Amino acid sequence: MRHALREALAAFRRSPLLIVFSAAMIGLSLFTVGLFGIGAHNIRQVLDQIESRVEIIAYLRDDIRDDAAELMLAEIRAFPEVEQATYVSRAQALERARREDPVIFADLEVNPLPASIEVRLQPGNRSPEIVERVATRISGYPFVEDLNYGKEWVERIYLLRRIAGATALVVGGAFAAVAILIIGTAIRMAIFARREEIGIMRLVGATDAFISAPFLLEGLLTGLLGAGFALSATFTAYRVLTRAVFPLIWLPHSWVLIGIAAGGLLGLVASAISVRQHLRQL
Amino acid sequence: MIHFEQVYKDYGRSGPALRGLDLEIRKGEFCFLIGHSGAGKSTLLRLIHMADFPTSGTVRVTGHDTKRLSSREIAHLRRKIGFVFQDFKLLPNRTAAENVAFALEVTGTSRNATKSRVSKLLAQVGLASKAEAYPSELSGGEQQRVAIARALAHSPLVLLADEPTGNLDERAARGILELFRAINAAGTAIVMATHHLDLTRSFPEGRVLELDQGTLVYDSAGGPR
Repeated sequence: MRHALREALAAFRRSPLLIVFSAAMIGLSLFTVGLFGIGAHNIRQVLDQIESRVEIIAYLRDDIRDDAAELMLAEIRAFPEVEQATYVSRAQALERARREDPVIFADLEVNPLPASIEVRLQPGNRSPEIVERVATRISGYPFVEDLNYGKEWVERIYLLRRIAGATALVVGGAFAAVAILIIGTAIRMAIFARREEIGIMRLVGATDAFISAPFLLEGLLTGLLGAGFALSATFTAYRVLTRAVFPLIWLPHSWVLIGIAAGGLLGLVASAISVRQHLRQL
Repeated sequence: MIHFEQVYKDYGRSGPALRGLDLEIRKGEFCFLIGHSGAGKSTLLRLIHMADFPTSGTVRVTGHDTKRLSSREIAHLRRKIGFVFQDFKLLPNRTAAENVAFALEVTGTSRNATKSRVSKLLAQVGLASKAEAYPSELSGGEQQRVAIARALAHSPLVLLADEPTGNLDERAARGILELFRAINAAGTAIVMATHHLDLTRSFPEGRVLELDQGTLVYDSAGGPR
């Protein structure tokens, strides 16, 4: 292990430019993913807020008796998908309407508004299918006159989120592939530069694991260095955007850790592929 | 110690390099391997060193069928097989001592053990005073001695030499042969491929094996074949 570390560091000294270049390319790739991550994270926060407002509103017939309404409310609350269900009486509905539009609703003799039950679903149960399913169940109650649950709206939010996720995968994957190619090339050059030594190592009975270790370590360190570049670049971009354009939310710690680990892993995998391919040829 | 049984080696160009070779090399033996270029001498050495494997037939080194060994086992077995070349294969940016130490370092020998072993090895090949010299500062004969010291690092059972005197003048070549005799006297078998027929004559105890177009045509231990 000490040999591997010494050799890997020697490689950094021998060709610092190549190492910095490959780290920069990984950094650039991860930086792009990082920027996208900030975007995705912020979109997601907004979506979550919007989504938490997704409600099913069941308008009730005027002739519903209080005890029937209460029974219905209790039953809806017991649905496993439901987070909260609130009964809004005709009087409360009118009061709310007056607050929102005092002019129109000021002098009404008769209350035109129906009573309703407003249903909010639990965070994990807001997909279009579940909303639809719960809405269908509620519409089965005899006193429900009309049902409003913004079906298209729910579907659109989900579509947006899915597009965001897919784009993240595609962009991230493409950049990861580029990073792997670049590190692979750097390692191949490192192997080529040391082919004489490797040949002699083979000759005198060094194991493949021993011969590969410095290159794997070099890849890992390059990847981590790249992740470091990416992290500082992403953070700088975040600060600049927040100050100059609009306030953003910084990435969760777990994402940052995953990003650093991804950098290291990219470097390691790239060098492993390269080492496997090229050591055999020497 | 080394057995060839009906060994064919075909590189897929211009006919097989070895054709049905049967050969046994015993512990502590000194063998000269002679024959024209392309007779199969280097192939034979490479098969012993497990740099190549037979197309058919079996090569056994210390009882192990080389084809059945894992890469890890091969690495470990190679430590018991020294190899020197015509072009020495020294690392130019390392001193004589560092070149010898390299063989020990890369097989996990501790630094202290390496240091004392390197001094002994350089003394054994008569280069104690040149430990800090770089290959470019050494004569051909001296460079070959460094390579031999490196090949002896793990006290091998056999030392393979592919034209070790090919790049050396008469005097240096004799010096290398004397060194091989001393190493052999200490118990290490030697298999030396050479063009220098007069070297074989100056060491009549040595067994002479002659290859021609991949077949063994003469064996001084068993007469003409």
